[in-house]
Amino acid sequence: MTAALAPQKPERPNRPTDSEEGRPPAAGLADVGRGYLAQVRAGEFGALPAVAGLVVLCLFFSLLRPVFLSNLNFANLLTQSAGSIAIAMGLVFVLLLGEIDLSAGYASGVCAAVLAILLTNHGWPWYTAVAAAMLTGAVIGLLLGTLVAKVGIPSFVVTLAAFLGFQGVVLILLKEGTNVSVKDPTILAIANDNLSPVLGWVLLAGCAAGYAALQLRRSRDRLGRGLAGTPVALLAIRTGAVVVLGGAAVYLLNQERSRNVIVSSLKGVPIVVPVIGALLLLGTFTLQRTGFGLHIYAVGGSAEAARRAGINVAYIRTAAFVICSCLAAVGGIIAASRGNSVDPNTGGSNVLLLAVGSAVIGGTSLFGGRGRVVDAVLGGLVVAVIQNGMGLMGYSSGVKYAVTGSVLLVAAGVDAMSRRRSAQR
Amino acid sequence: MTVTPTLELRGIDKSFGPVQVLHDIALSAYAGEVTALVGDNGAGKSTLVKCIGGIHSVDAGDYLFDGRPVQVHSPRDAAALGVEIVYQDLALCDNLDIVQNMFLGREKRRGMVLDDSTMEEMAAATLRGLSVRTVKSLRQKVSSLSGGQRQTVAIAKAVLWNSKLVVLDEPTAALGVAQTAQVLELVRRLADNGLAVVLISHNMNDVFAVSDRIAALYLGRMAAQVKASDVTHAQVVELITSGRSGNLGPQTTPNGAAV
Ligand SMILES: Nc1ncnc2c1ncn2[C@@H]1O[C@H](COP(=O)(O)OP(=O)(O)OP(=O)(O)O)[C@@H](O)[C@H]1O
Ligand SMILES: [Mg+2]
Repeated sequence: MTAALAPQKPERPNRPTDSEEGRPPAAGLADVGRGYLAQVRAGEFGALPAVAGLVVLCLFFSLLRPVFLSNLNFANLLTQSAGSIAIAMGLVFVLLLGEIDLSAGYASGVCAAVLAILLTNHGWPWYTAVAAAMLTGAVIGLLLGTLVAKVGIPSFVVTLAAFLGFQGVVLILLKEGTNVSVKDPTILAIANDNLSPVLGWVLLAGCAAGYAALQLRRSRDRLGRGLAGTPVALLAIRTGAVVVLGGAAVYLLNQERSRNVIVSSLKGVPIVVPVIGALLLLGTFTLQRTGFGLHIYAVGGSAEAARRAGINVAYIRTAAFVICSCLAAVGGIIAASRGNSVDPNTGGSNVLLLAVGSAVIGGTSLFGGRGRVVDAVLGGLVVAVIQNGMGLMGYSSGVKYAVTGSVLLVAAGVDAMSRRRSAQR
Repeated sequence: MTVTPTLELRGIDKSFGPVQVLHDIALSAYAGEVTALVGDNGAGKSTLVKCIGGIHSVDAGDYLFDGRPVQVHSPRDAAALGVEIVYQDLALCDNLDIVQNMFLGREKRRGMVLDDSTMEEMAAATLRGLSVRTVKSLRQKVSSLSGGQRQTVAIAKAVLWNSKLVVLDEPTAALGVAQTAQVLELVRRLADNGLAVVLISHNMNDVFAVSDRIAALYLGRMAAQVKASDVTHAQVVELITSGRSGNLGPQTTPNGAAV
């Protein structure tokens, strides 16, 4: 510490000292609200647009097509969006640096093809096949990251080339377009099976309790040191929201949704939900709580400042691409499970665009430096609701694409606007 | 001179490709003193600072710290010695908050996890030690700060570590009158607290207000290093613009042999 720079006056200049002796003044809910409003005015919209969009879209579709709200459709919505959300989560890491990975879709296709071929043609057990698919993702990310960070080719060009290249690799792996089916029960379970209703409740209870405990501990620690902590009321509201929303979701998903109960029962939280949940926790922890995550934000904010602070910028860039491609591999595995097979179109067509759209709609900036993993989930749900709802209303794929594209454009516009706002001050 | 300078550079050369920017530079900075580094635009001040900070590696010359010869090849090497630089183009990340910027690259951790509370405490104590009262919250993004506040954060970042030498590259260039006075006061306080300070400025009033010594660069060469009390405004301006003044500076043209 700066022993030489002893405080000249032993008071706390940065905080009002109106409360009684020794008790740090806890910020009230009103302060938090005011702070949030100020943030929004400064162009920091956070999750607001995505959540608002989600609510409006859900109301809209459920009014026009009541079947949208059915248990079956709700579960479908989640399994439909999972693969794309996983890819979008990876893209958040790359977008945070101000880079882009256009090849993430086909990278997921390559990894899915590796998985299917090893499982079906070579009879590998599911865990080694999954490990091989993940390793493929890591190698792809290492290759892309090295070309961007060490060689210095713009990521747009590197990944555009890889977009074409991986499309070719998938074709070669699948022998010019044959379809490799996946029969491994564990892999199929990921996107097609459900947790038992009891397990769903247990998991939710565990998550809510863990969430509350972590938040409370953090706030206690800060207040104990005389730092401004989050008011307990806000913690209670947040935890309450998790419990109510999560509880409603688990309740709905635990209802019977089979059309013919005698043939087969269909209820419980789809297994992809906790899979995505675990990735969300891991990604959020990495970005918000570790030095590595902070350095990703720093490089995205100002690469030069990061370099001068002694951060190994090339390492951070490469690592972000590796994470992105690994999450693309997860997306590929989910897609293989959901499709029961892998074909040359796995990870192709609109997969990448929907994933990029998800991240941006969720609030991750295309300019780097701003974004969170949860953006991918929120944005991914918005995209899935649009696709699903418009499908129910009988619109053609053409209209669906056009609308999704427009929503992406609006989100990118909001992003650019908020950037202008924060630059104006 | 019996006191060992905190920083002593001898015979520093630096070229960018075919262009030699620094020629045979010598510079000393002493603990408890502010050494002003002056020179016209393009004289090579910022380049010299980047050499001191390990951003550029020098082509030739000696780098002595507390009398010991050292090798500085990266910002980490410089930081390990206790050298902190406040760059002309502020090296702050707009998207991070004040605490995150102050600890960037040297975060406190508890296991794998960042120890935010400890960092915030230390940052608050440092700002308090510098009598900084202008920032409302340490968790404010740097993008929301005024120029003077940003400069304050950059300086506080430099003294957060047990630094021995702080180099400030034009810290007041973009500031108004009141904020300039604040920053200069801060600079003087650093030296009074026992640090060696190198201050780059184009403003002669600022230079004479806070510095003990003045080093003048002219076209990439060190024209003269003098005590501030031994020279006048006019002499320093002459050193900056023509590389010499009376009996100060090389007694032949800069291209010819020095005395
Ligand atoms: N990275 C670089 N590559 C090539 N030339 C450079 C580089 N950095 C600086 N220079 C050149 O070195 C010379 C000195 O530049 P420098 O920035 O050190 O000047 P300065 O004294 O700090 O000027 P100012 O007062 O305008 O800040 C200039 O001619 C500049 O063009
Ligand atoms: Mg300069």
